[in-house]
Amino acid sequence: MNKWLSPKSFFGIVLITAALVALPFLLGMGGGQAWVRIVNFAILYIFLALGLNIVVGFAGLLDLGYIAFYAVGAYTWALLASPHFGIHWPVWAILPIGALVACFFGVLLGSPTLKLRGDYLAIVTLGFGEIIRIFLNNLNAPVNITNGPQGITLIDPVSIGGFSFSGTSEILGLTLSGPQKYYFLLVALAILVIIINLRLQHSRIGRAWQAIREDEIAAKAVGINTRNIKLLAFAMGASFGGIAGGIFSAMQGFVSPESFSLIESIMVLAMVVLGGMGHIPGVILGAVLLSILPEALRYGVGPIQMALFGKMLIDPESLRMLVFGLALVLVMRFKPAGIWPSPERKRELTEKSGAKA
Amino acid sequence: MDIFFQQVINGLVQGSIYALVALGYTMVYGIMGLINFAHGEVVMIGTLVAIAVTSSLIGAGVPVAVAGLGGLAAALLVCMALGWSLERVAYRPLRGSPRLTPLITAIGMSIILQNLAMIIWGRNYLTFPPLLPKINYEFAGAHFTLVQVAIVLISAAAMSGLVFLVYRTRLGMAMRATAQNPAVASLMGVNINRVIAAAFVVGSALAAVAGVMVGSYYEIAHYQMGFMLGLKAFTAAVLGGIGNLAGAMAGGVLLGLIEALGAGYIGDLSGGFLGSHYQDIFAFIVLIVVLMFKPSGLFGEKTGERA
Amino acid sequence: MQAKLSVVALSVAAAFALSACGKKEEPAPVAAPAPIATPEVVVKLGHVAPMTGPQAHLGKDNESGAVLAIEELNSQGLEIGGAKVKFELMSEDDQADPKQGTIVAQKLVDAKVNGVIGHLNSGTTIPASKLYFDAGLPQVSPSATNPKYTQQGFNTAFRVMANDIQQGKVLGEFAVQQGVKTVAIIDDRTAYGQGLADEFRKSAEAAGLKVVANEYTNDKATDFKAILTKIKSKKADLVFYGGMDAQGGPLVKQMKDLGIKAKFLGGDGVCTPEFMKLGGPAADGEYCSLPGMPLDQLAKGPEFKQKFNAKFGYEIQLYAPNVYDAVMVVADSMKRANSVEPAKYLPEIGKTSMEGVSGKIEFDEFGDLKGGAITIYQYQGGTLNYVATLGGSPVAAAVAEVKDAAQAVAGAAEAAGTAAAAAGADAVKAGTEAVKAGAEAVKAGAEAAKAAAEKK
Repeated sequence: MNKWLSPKSFFGIVLITAALVALPFLLGMGGGQAWVRIVNFAILYIFLALGLNIVVGFAGLLDLGYIAFYAVGAYTWALLASPHFGIHWPVWAILPIGALVACFFGVLLGSPTLKLRGDYLAIVTLGFGEIIRIFLNNLNAPVNITNGPQGITLIDPVSIGGFSFSGTSEILGLTLSGPQKYYFLLVALAILVIIINLRLQHSRIGRAWQAIREDEIAAKAVGINTRNIKLLAFAMGASFGGIAGGIFSAMQGFVSPESFSLIESIMVLAMVVLGGMGHIPGVILGAVLLSILPEALRYGVGPIQMALFGKMLIDPESLRMLVFGLALVLVMRFKPAGIWPSPERKRELTEKSGAKA
Repeated sequence: MDIFFQQVINGLVQGSIYALVALGYTMVYGIMGLINFAHGEVVMIGTLVAIAVTSSLIGAGVPVAVAGLGGLAAALLVCMALGWSLERVAYRPLRGSPRLTPLITAIGMSIILQNLAMIIWGRNYLTFPPLLPKINYEFAGAHFTLVQVAIVLISAAAMSGLVFLVYRTRLGMAMRATAQNPAVASLMGVNINRVIAAAFVVGSALAAVAGVMVGSYYEIAHYQMGFMLGLKAFTAAVLGGIGNLAGAMAGGVLLGLIEALGAGYIGDLSGGFLGSHYQDIFAFIVLIVVLMFKPSGLFGEKTGERA
Repeated sequence: MQAKLSVVALSVAAAFALSACGKKEEPAPVAAPAPIATPEVVVKLGHVAPMTGPQAHLGKDNESGAVLAIEELNSQGLEIGGAKVKFELMSEDDQADPKQGTIVAQKLVDAKVNGVIGHLNSGTTIPASKLYFDAGLPQVSPSATNPKYTQQGFNTAFRVMANDIQQGKVLGEFAVQQGVKTVAIIDDRTAYGQGLADEFRKSAEAAGLKVVANEYTNDKATDFKAILTKIKSKKADLVFYGGMDAQGGPLVKQMKDLGIKAKFLGGDGVCTPEFMKLGGPAADGEYCSLPGMPLDQLAKGPEFKQKFNAKFGYEIQLYAPNVYDAVMVVADSMKRANSVEPAKYLPEIGKTSMEGVSGKIEFDEFGDLKGGAITIYQYQGGTLNYVATLGGSPVAAAVAEVKDAAQAVAGAAEAAGTAAAAAGADAVKAGTEAVKAGAEAVKAGAEAAKAAAEKK
């Protein structure tokens, strides 16, 4: 009721809203619908990064298998809204189910690993991610559940009350393409996710997570039920992944296990750490940068080489990855807490530099 | 029974390679608590350098044995230099930063090394010239080759050498002291920077040996070969208790055996429900089960608050 | 072809790269000065393949096939719907990544192309096909072999290559012909390898072969000893591998190391020089298959090969002939519909019946190539030797039978004649019977041909 209505922040909100609304149309005019699609994927990565941020950034639990929950969400949607089983449930049923199933898997991963810390947890979560992917890849026999490596095709798009998000349609005199419609859906969901995250961060639970991150024994000593709070972190993080997966499935219309490889988990983790662990604006920045940067490099690296040398010296794809790797190393070297760390974290770092890692 | 023997041999050879690579992870982790994710790529670079040198030496008419040794020497030199510079350039400036920072750096270095290797050596699978004559032995129905025997023997020798280094030399003592408490060790006159650099160099030397062995065993190499190998070896190190030398060796051999026997028998044991398509997850399942009961691995001592 | 990764033409990549550096070809056709009298329409065809990444050389090969086809079309000076038609190629890169596949598909839809040639991989072709279907854009893939692509019920999806079902079936039949009784099957758990192995399994079991082991690996593996040891204990006569050459080569080598005597058979993923390089002497005498017929044995094959080499200065890698045909199929349909509008010429694609450089092209009701032929090769000292062409159009097969039978009759008649001249009445009787049997065979053959033609 207070600061939201101050003229300054009101003006800021209006400006951001206007920018968000105008973006897909500007992109649609400037770069075509393909760029709208790229932005849509960037928003999906924001979901994932924010979900992982709960686990890694807030609670300090290193998770290298986060993409498993994305996969679980994607397959839940694919199985409940495709001709594979002949089931076509509506979006308001599947999205929560996807979140719940992912949440269940989060607890499944969390409970046996509660006692583990640090790097042991990292390798177990990594293994968990691989286990999920390998099961998805192999559960086509003896009973065909996931259709194995062939993947699931003809997945229903999101549709609300007969209004389908795929294909072009006219709303209020505006022609909206499929990706543009998904854009607005994604932005709406993203705002919801961001609000939930902001509320969580400063809630009792959020503070409990931070207490565990800083010192688990001390947290226990002050009466925090560390077991439940940790499980809650896994569960919440996983549900965000599940929702993102569901939307991915609907947007693509096709899922196969190759979209959920280990490298994707690593990418999402890199977004969180690079942006600024535990700091929501930083994480969003990290996700946007790392998902747009490779695309931008794709359009930049090739032409620049052509202009400089007149021919392709190095295949743009490998150069792109080289630049990406270099960016990770350099950012960590000069901004170890991320590009946009939270103020407290920055202070901590400058105070106790040289302390044991 | 001959099939069982054969699977044990398969597992043992694979396991020796895992063990050798796992030692590199565990040494660095034991001393500075850092997962050097790029270690698998050091193995890859070792293999590719060895191929380049060996092939060109053979092409120049040098006898195969000498060319092989030349390749090994080159791989050792390049890998040790690489290990040293990794530490110097990427990790040393990050000491004292949040725990995840060096992890992301390691991932970044891993991507850089892979793409550099791809630019230098191309995307093709390269064939490794056979270094040892193809002699096939048969024992109780099980087949094994001279290369396999050599791998097990060389791994054992390299590991004994490492144990000697760590427990019988001044450098080893300094390493152990640093692992226990770097601050106190440096007060006692240990040059921490040099010890850590030495750990990286020794680990990379083992990686070079492993790289040459992998190359001559499978006779192929590829710029992406290091990632999976590194992952498996890291799993082995954690399984044995990361930071513990004996643990890494035992973990490596155990992992090799689990994979071979698992792929060989799980299909029949589960009545065809599970099969060798689950080969890659046996290791992880065993790992999770072990860690549930012994959270610091099979041989790891309780580390207390060290996360 | 889902996982048709780096591998297939990697071996040739070196030669390719060398020649590619030398000659820079222009993807866009040269604009011909248009006569002012007739109006000119520009027909944009989208082409999608991985142009960067491990399969870049295959993508480039595909693109070259399309460039060649479009230049030829433009030089013909076609007129469709009263206007002079100029074809243009819009080439896009999907990096063999499903996510990227939909992004570039969107680009093509945005650009309002008249048709799409591609993509190269099934993994990108399938998700993209939805976008093309929604936009009503005809899509002809030259190389996506996953059966699912055409089974989605999209009337816009076509392919000009035999799919995995067709190939797996033929490989199963070939195994039977080799006198094999028991088989072990390995697949690499990619969409391509698993699909092919499944079809082979079905076909082998239907033909009465016993599948004694089903084993699996992955597309990054180097060690196959554990599964091979198990296969050895099951005593299979033949090991079938559904997967790519980078794994197949070491696999066949390790088979020999373990003292496995079984034969090795694989699909197009291992029918490459790369496989022979990695397998070394262990590959000799083993078999593999490629969809289509050898170019040398086709009417227009050698001519195409020569034109391709003359224009680009390097050898065809893999799918260039199929891409060429795909472009021609689209152009041909436009001609028959007398329109370049996707909605107008789309129905004509299904009715295509043309003699392409890769063979006869006709589509079934799903948009699959009718009776795609599969050719079996044997590895011998670093080259692929032609063994046999199986499958193919039922009509063609029946016609061949009739021809064989007719020859048999002629042979028998001749034999009868000589026999009659030499010996007495008995021989004459035997001879006449032989002629009669031969005549019956001709009749049966003709009937088969008729039945086959009717089935169409």
